[in-house]
Amino acid sequence: MLLGIGLMSVPFVRRFRGRAMLTFMASDSEEDVCDERASLMSAESPPPRCCQEGRQGLEDGAGAEPWRGQDSEDDFDEDPDHYVCGGVPGQPSGLEEELTLKYGAKHVIMLFVPVTLCMIVVVATIKSVRFYTEKNGQLPYGAGREQSLQPAVSLSIYTPFTEDTPSVGQRLLNSVLNTLIMISVIVAMTIFLVVLYKYRCYKFIHGWLIMSSLMLLFLFTYIYLGEVLKTYNVAMDYPTLFLTVWNFGAVGMVCIHWKGPLVLQQAYLIMISALMALVFIKYLPEWSAWVILGAISVYDLVAVLCPKGPLRMLVETAQERNEPIFPALIYSSAMVWTVGMAKLDPSSQGALQLPYDPEMEEDSYDSFGEPSYPEVFEPPLPGYPGDDLEEEEERGVKLGLGDFIFYSVLVGKAAATGSGDWNTTLACFVAVLIGLCLTLLLLAVFKKALPALPISITFGLIFYFSTDNLRETKRRKCHVYPAKRKKQVFGASCLVAGARLTEPRTRKVWRGHLARRHSPG
Amino acid sequence: MTAAVFFGCAFIAFGPALALYIFTIATEPLRVIFLIIGKASEGLKTINPDETAPSMRLLAYVSGLGFGIMSGVFSFVNTLSDSLGPGTVGIHGDSPQFFLNSAFMTLVIILLHVFWGIIFFDGCEKKKWSALLVVLLTHLLVSALTFISPHYGINLVSTYIIVVLMGIWAFFVAGGSCRSLKLCLLCQDKDFLLFNQRSR
Repeated sequence: MLLGIGLMSVPFVRRFRGRAMLTFMASDSEEDVCDERASLMSAESPPPRCCQEGRQGLEDGAGAEPWRGQDSEDDFDEDPDHYVCGGVPGQPSGLEEELTLKYGAKHVIMLFVPVTLCMIVVVATIKSVRFYTEKNGQLPYGAGREQSLQPAVSLSIYTPFTEDTPSVGQRLLNSVLNTLIMISVIVAMTIFLVVLYKYRCYKFIHGWLIMSSLMLLFLFTYIYLGEVLKTYNVAMDYPTLFLTVWNFGAVGMVCIHWKGPLVLQQAYLIMISALMALVFIKYLPEWSAWVILGAISVYDLVAVLCPKGPLRMLVETAQERNEPIFPALIYSSAMVWTVGMAKLDPSSQGALQLPYDPEMEEDSYDSFGEPSYPEVFEPPLPGYPGDDLEEEEERGVKLGLGDFIFYSVLVGKAAATGSGDWNTTLACFVAVLIGLCLTLLLLAVFKKALPALPISITFGLIFYFSTDNLRETKRRKCHVYPAKRKKQVFGASCLVAGARLTEPRTRKVWRGHLARRHSPG
Repeated sequence: MTAAVFFGCAFIAFGPALALYIFTIATEPLRVIFLIIGKASEGLKTINPDETAPSMRLLAYVSGLGFGIMSGVFSFVNTLSDSLGPGTVGIHGDSPQFFLNSAFMTLVIILLHVFWGIIFFDGCEKKKWSALLVVLLTHLLVSALTFISPHYGINLVSTYIIVVLMGIWAFFVAGGSCRSLKLCLLCQDKDFLLFNQRSR
């Protein structure tokens, strides 16, 4: 838990662009492809050597570190080859902007699906498995008691002030204090991480990430599976359970920290984000959770955009060293792929993989079939003409896992505690997606690292509280109608007795009136 | 109530809207988003001036569909979720067809929003204030009709008549004509998407 929490820095949105020279295609289509892809943004990808490490790291994913990265510095000067096709000075700026927007829009879509999936998993779990809405072993309706598990104890270290206070003011104060503690823990851990990174303690960081992902993939999955089985009253013996959890966890560790199919890695990242979000929803006290959401989006804004923010410093350090920034905790929507040369023999072209991109499949280089495991980057062979240099391209947009987690916490809490039921949940869902869309478009426009949380969480909070209160007033008003109808049903008979009907608030009142009706008769 | 009621009502209410979305928007999401951003931020100057007329209609259609889906979802999703739970419909004397009627009402409201969107945008562009007024009045009328909701007969039939009228109006406003309708139905219209799919 400490590890998981500790890795909470702030989420980020980050895009890469690179160039691909696909020499086995006809030259004109090559340029079209290049134009399209290269126009992504003027932000660039690190040079090929670093992309390889970046890719390794890409497959790492663990724990709950939301990340913010900076998408931005201009490699233009460093590597003129990088924009042979797009971003060329000769291109009219209007066209470039248009393509930029088109690319921004494309990434919006690429991220909608995983964010939606994560939220669906969390909402489905909240609505069906009672465990995650129980507070410390007590069912909200008092139907029974269950012992909560140890994680409750560890999370209450971060939120020691109870919300079980007599007055509203005290409760608010306690939740603000809890938030302060939580945010300071997050800030401290982030700074610790930055310091570790600055002093190149990579082994420590990797060990930390591995421990976090081990905990998420094994312990939390075990708890989750146990609760789901309990909810649906399905019996599972321990050997089967062990086998299932072991397989799930082991494959997850391999996919996230080493190599694996992109879709599987994405699926695992979504699942661990959902698990982490469920833990937060269960163990954070109610008001504290909302205040924490607000505070963390403010922190995100401050930390990304201020010059001395820890994450910004981290990003800059990584860029100075030309290394990718902790790809371990980042969801990537496309894989890195290497492009082979036309004259290479087929065996080396086995290293080709295609980015998961339906649009690109329209081009002629989808003849290589399904993308497989991301492979090691092949160094360019000497003796080939300069134009045919092998390039590695990283496409797609990256979103930190913390973004997934906090979006899902928002929507999950709306599902768990919203009095408007599905309306509140849907409103928050739409709000988060709108915020994400705006953030990605701003990213395309401003071309620098942007925090992914503030806009979405702000909209989400506004929508939650307004929809919640709207439903409250609606519900109170709606109660008048059924009451009136009941009056009409019994009204005739009661008029006979001359009894005056009041609003039927309890059944006892009705019984009383009925008794009065019958007695004179 | 059964899962059959849930799925049936869900598909009645949202089927056509989802079909519209899948067949017209999902295949070209970029174009839609791009149009929306382009319209929203004039300063970027990314819009090709020649495309103004058709793109505005597309925007009207998309925004109408968006409003319709959101309004339909918000009004119907709680009812749907209740239909999965236990209970007897109409035990106090209400109509036992509550779910079915609600589903049809939701469907008609979604379609109405699409047509209203098209007519309204066109009215704004061509400064036809009568169109705007009619859209507003029919909106109020349909909402008022929902107040007499236990009397589903009047409610639904009149709303469906309104939707047919609005549909015809929106069709002509969007540039359709009897001739193009005939071509479309006989699958001879080169621009219509089914024609393209057949020719593949």
